[in-house]
Amino acid sequence: MAAALINVSKTAKRGEIIEIKTLMSHIMETGYRHTATGEVVPRDIITSFVCRYNGTEIFRADLFPAIAANPFITFFTVATESGKFEFEWIGDKGFTETASASIAVE
Amino acid sequence: MGQPADTTRRQFLGLAGGAAALGAVPVVTLRPVEATPDTLATAIRSVTNGALVRTGKVKLDVPPLVENGNTVPMTVIVTNPMTSADHVKSIHVFNEKNPQPNIGNFYLGPRAGRAQISTRIRLADSQKVVAIARLSDDTFWSATVDVVVTLAACTEEVI
Repeated sequence: MAAALINVSKTAKRGEIIEIKTLMSHIMETGYRHTATGEVVPRDIITSFVCRYNGTEIFRADLFPAIAANPFITFFTVATESGKFEFEWIGDKGFTETASASIAVE
Repeated sequence: MGQPADTTRRQFLGLAGGAAALGAVPVVTLRPVEATPDTLATAIRSVTNGALVRTGKVKLDVPPLVENGNTVPMTVIVTNPMTSADHVKSIHVFNEKNPQPNIGNFYLGPRAGRAQISTRIRLADSQKVVAIARLSDDTFWSATVDVVVTLAACTEEVI
C-alpha cells in the first residue's frame, strides 16, 4: 500500500536548507465521534512520526487527535551529505508505516 | 406610561453596557497564558514545568476565519538562529476548546536549519490556538491566535 507521499528535492548544495514535505494516508479517528446508535468510535490515530537522515534523527513529532486526517507534516533540514531520509509513522492498533527518499548533495 | 418604560430601557442599556465593560476587563488586563481555561494551562505547564513563557519570537500562522474545522492549515515559525549553541529544541501547539488541549509536539535540533513546521489541524470550535517554542537555553516563547470556525470538527455523527 503506497500510503505515504514524500516530497524532497533529489539534489541539493552542501549546507543548503531544504524543505521536506510528508503525507501519510490515515483516517486519524479522534475517539470523540459517535455512531448513529450512540456508540463511541474507538480512537485510531498516528501517535508518532520520526525522520532520520543517514540514521540520525533530525525531526520527531507527537501527534494528537487534533491533527487532521491524512497527516501532512513539513519541516526543514540542512543538506549535509548525500544519503537517505527514512520516515516512520507509528500509531494505534499496531499501525506502522515507513518510507524513504534519497538525496544527492554536491 | 411612557416614562417608566423609558427608564427601564435606559437602566437595561446602562446595565448591559456595564456588564460588557466588566467582561472586557479581564481579557484586556490578564496575560494570555493566565486567561485560558484550566486544561490548557495544565497542558502548557506539563511542557514548561512552570517556567515563564514570554510572548514573542514565535509566529503562528493560522487563518483567522475557518470554514471547515476538520482541516485547518497551520504553520509555526520561530525567529531564532539554528546553531548548536542557540537553537529551537521543540515546538508545542495547544488549543483551548477541543476535547484535548494538545495538538502536536514537534522536536527539532540545530540540523533543522530553520525552525519552521507546517501541518493541518482540527478545531472543534472558535477558539485560541497557542504555540510555544522551547529554546536550547530552556526559555519558552509563545504566540496566540484567535480562530473563528464556522463548521466544527470532531463532533459530527458517523454515517
